Amino acid sequence: MESAAQIRERLVAAFPGASVEVVVNPGPAAQDSLLLGPDRARAIAEFLRDDPVLRLDFCSNVTGVDWPAREARPGCLEVVYHLYSMARKHGPVILRQRTADRADQVSVPSLTPVWRSCEFQEREVFDLFGVVFPGHPDLRRILMWDGFKDHPLRKDYVEPDDYEWEPTAHGEVLAKARRHQAAAGEGPGP
Amino acid sequence: MSLSPSPLFSAPGPQVRAVSDEFHGDLLEVSMGPHHPSTHGVFRMMATLDGETVVKLKPVFGYLHRNHEKIGEGTSYLGSMPYTDRLDYLCSMTNNWAYALAVESLSGQAVPERAQYLRVILAELTRLLNHTCLAGFLLQDCGASGTPLMYAFREREKILDLFESLSGSRMMCNYQRFGGCRTDAPPGWLEAAAALVGGYGAFLDEYEALLTGNEILMARTQGVGRLPAALAISAGVTGPMLRAAGVDYDLRKVDGYGFYPRFEFRVPLGAHGDTYDRYMVRVLEMRESIGILQQALRGIPAGPIMDPKARLRGFRAKPGEAYGRIEGPKGEIGFFLISEGGPNPYRYRVRPPSFINLTILEDLCLGHSIADTVVILGSIDIVLGEVDR
Amino acid sequence: MIQPIDPPSATPPPAPTEAERAELRRQGILLTSLEELYNWGRSHSVWPLQFGLACCAIEMIAASMARFDIARFGSEVFRPSPRQADLLIVSGTVTKKMTPQVVRLWNQMPEPKYCIAMGACAISGGPFKQGYNVLKGIDRFIPVDIYIPGCPPRPEALLHGLMQLQEKIRGQKISGPEAPRHLRSDRPCDYPVPDFGEHDLVPPQNPDVWHPPAPSLPAGA
Repeated sequence: MESAAQIRERLVAAFPGASVEVVVNPGPAAQDSLLLGPDRARAIAEFLRDDPVLRLDFCSNVTGVDWPAREARPGCLEVVYHLYSMARKHGPVILRQRTADRADQVSVPSLTPVWRSCEFQEREVFDLFGVVFPGHPDLRRILMWDGFKDHPLRKDYVEPDDYEWEPTAHGEVLAKARRHQAAAGEGPGP
Repeated sequence: MSLSPSPLFSAPGPQVRAVSDEFHGDLLEVSMGPHHPSTHGVFRMMATLDGETVVKLKPVFGYLHRNHEKIGEGTSYLGSMPYTDRLDYLCSMTNNWAYALAVESLSGQAVPERAQYLRVILAELTRLLNHTCLAGFLLQDCGASGTPLMYAFREREKILDLFESLSGSRMMCNYQRFGGCRTDAPPGWLEAAAALVGGYGAFLDEYEALLTGNEILMARTQGVGRLPAALAISAGVTGPMLRAAGVDYDLRKVDGYGFYPRFEFRVPLGAHGDTYDRYMVRVLEMRESIGILQQALRGIPAGPIMDPKARLRGFRAKPGEAYGRIEGPKGEIGFFLISEGGPNPYRYRVRPPSFINLTILEDLCLGHSIADTVVILGSIDIVLGEVDR
Repeated sequence: MIQPIDPPSATPPPAPTEAERAELRRQGILLTSLEELYNWGRSHSVWPLQFGLACCAIEMIAASMARFDIARFGSEVFRPSPRQADLLIVSGTVTKKMTPQVVRLWNQMPEPKYCIAMGACAISGGPFKQGYNVLKGIDRFIPVDIYIPGCPPRPEALLHGLMQLQEKIRGQKISGPEAPRHLRSDRPCDYPVPDFGEHDLVPPQNPDVWHPPAPSLPAGA
C-alpha cells in the first residue's frame, strides 16, 4: 500500500489548493497520518473511498482528542479517522481534522455521508468533546443525558464533588478530600 | 435541592404514547428498556410502531457509560488492563490481547512464541464461550426460555474452570501483559484443555441437533433482519455479522496478528445476511475454532512466556500513537493510544465492535414486527459494557 | 362465685426448648409460632427481579443456571415485572443515567421488598468510582439489606448473600418497633426519584437513606 506521503501527492494533484499535510508519528508503530483542512475534507474522503487503488471503504475508528493550548501551539480539538479497505485488505490510512480553537470555532465537516460508521462515533465526539459536525444527519448527545452541559473528556473538565471522603494512601485522593473539606467548611475530623 | 416524589401509581412497564402522523394515522411509541428482559443489558430502543410493524427505531445509549476512557487517561498503562476485562465482560481474554497488542505496537515490543500460542488458545476458547452463549441468548430471545441457555452455560462453566486455574479468576482474567502473558500454564492445564476441546465437537453436535434444524428457530430467523453487504461495509460492521452478509473480512486472515498464519482454518461466510445466517456463521466458526485449538495445543512449544526485555513497573511508552486491533468474538476490537512519554496514556480510546455494529439496528428492524426486533438485537450480539464503555 | 383452681400467672409459661420441639417433630407434631411460620414462608420463596446491569449480571445468570442453581434456595423464577418480584439484586455499576430508572423500579416493587447490592460497583462505585457518570453506590437512593463484595462476586458468594438475607428475614419480628418496613405505616414505601441536572443528578443523594460517616483526616490535615 502507498505511504502517507505518496497518498498526499495524489491528493494534492487531484484537489489543487486543498490543505493536506503529513503528520509524522514518532513512535515505533510508524502510522503516519494526513491532516485535512475543512474546505475539501468531504470530497477528499469520497476520493479515498472510491479510488480504485486504495478503495478505503471501511472507516474503522473515529477518535476525538483534546489538545489544550501550550506555548508551542494554540489549543484545538482533533478528530482522528482510521480507514481500512475491505476490498483490498490493506490499511490503515489515518486522517485527522482539527478545529480552529477549543471555544467557539469547534466545527469540522462530518464524514458520515461518506462512511456510515462515523454516525454514532461522531455523535460520541460531539457529546464528550463538544466538536460540532455540520452535515451529520442527527447530531445530539449519545452517552450522557440530553440536559448535560459539560464535555467530560476535555482535559479541563471538573467532575462533580459527590464522593464520600475517607483517607487512603493515595496522595491525590487525600488532596481532593482536603479540598472538599475546605469547600464544605468542615473542620478536620477526630 | 428538589426531591420530587414519584406518584403513588406510576405507569408500569414500558412507556407507551400515542403519536399522530398525518400520513400514517395513529402510531404508537414504545420505549423498550433500559430494563427489559431481552435487551441484553441496559439498552433502550425507542420504537415507533404502526400496529405491530416498526416504522422508526432510535437506540438510546449511555446507561452503562462507566467512563473507561477518562479513567484510562488517569491510570497507568498496566493499570488499565483490568478495566479492559470489564469492557466486553464475557470475553476478557480477547480484550486483554487487543490492549496488549496496541501497547506492544506503541512501544515496539516482541512476544515470545509460547506466549503467542497461549494467546491464540485463550482467544479461541473465548470465541467458543462467546458463540455458545450467544446461541443460548438468541434462543432465549426467541422464546425458548432457559433450556438452550442452560446447555450453553454448562459448557461455559467448563471453560471458566480452565480460565480460573490459569489466571485466578473466572471472568475478569487480567491475564495478558505487554510482551507476553502473566503466568505460565500450570501442569496438567494443557491436557485438560485438550480434553475439553476434544469433547466440544460432541457438545456442538448435541446443540445443533436441538437447534439448527428447529422449525421454530428457522421460521423466526430466516429472512429476518437482512443486512446487505454494501451497507455492512459502509456502516463499519465487523465480525460474524459482517461475514454473515457475505463479506470475507476476518482480521485473523487479513492482519495475520499473533501466530494465526501458522494455523489452517476456514472463514465461513453467509449468503443472505439474515439472522439465521448470523447464527449459522457463529456455529461454523465454533467448529473452526475447535480445529485451531487442536493445532495450537499440539504445537505449543516450551519456552518463556514473557519478553525478557519487558519492564512492567514504571512502564513508559515512547511518544507516538498506535492503533492495535484483533478479531474478537463480536468483531474488530481495537485500542487507539496516544502517548506523550509519560506513565499514563494521553488519549486512550476503545474501538467497540458492539457499538458500531448497532449503527444499522434501525435499518434492520424497519418493516419487521416488534417481536422480530428482539431477535435481531439478539443476533447482533451486543454487550453493554463495550457499547457504552 | 366459683374461683379458678389455678389463678392465671403473671408470667407466661416458658417456651418449649429446642430439644422438646425436636422430640415433638419426631412424633409428627410441628410446633411453631405465627412469626416463625410467616417468616419461613417469606424467606424461602424470595423471587428476584430480572435486573442485570453489568458484569455481575453474568455471574447472577450463572448462579441461576444448572451448576449453582439458585432455584433450590427458593428463587425459582426471576420475574421480568417489578410488580411480581420481592428482591432487587443490583448487579453491576449503577450509572447516573440509569439511577432514576432503578429508583422507579424499586418504587414499583410492592412491599415486602429487599435489595441486595451485588458487587463492588453497586456498593460504592467499585473500580469505576472516579467516573463522572458513575453513581457511587446504590445505597445513596434506596435502602440496601445485604452487601456482597467482589468484582464480580462468585455465584457461591451470591448464594451466601441470599442465605444471609433469608436469615435476616427469618429474624424479623412481625409486631412492635422492630417490625419490618412493610408492617409499619410510618415508614415510606416510595422513594424520591432524582432528576437529571446540568452537571450531576439532582439531588446527588437521598439524605433520608444515605448516612455516610463524616470524613476524617489524619492529624495535621
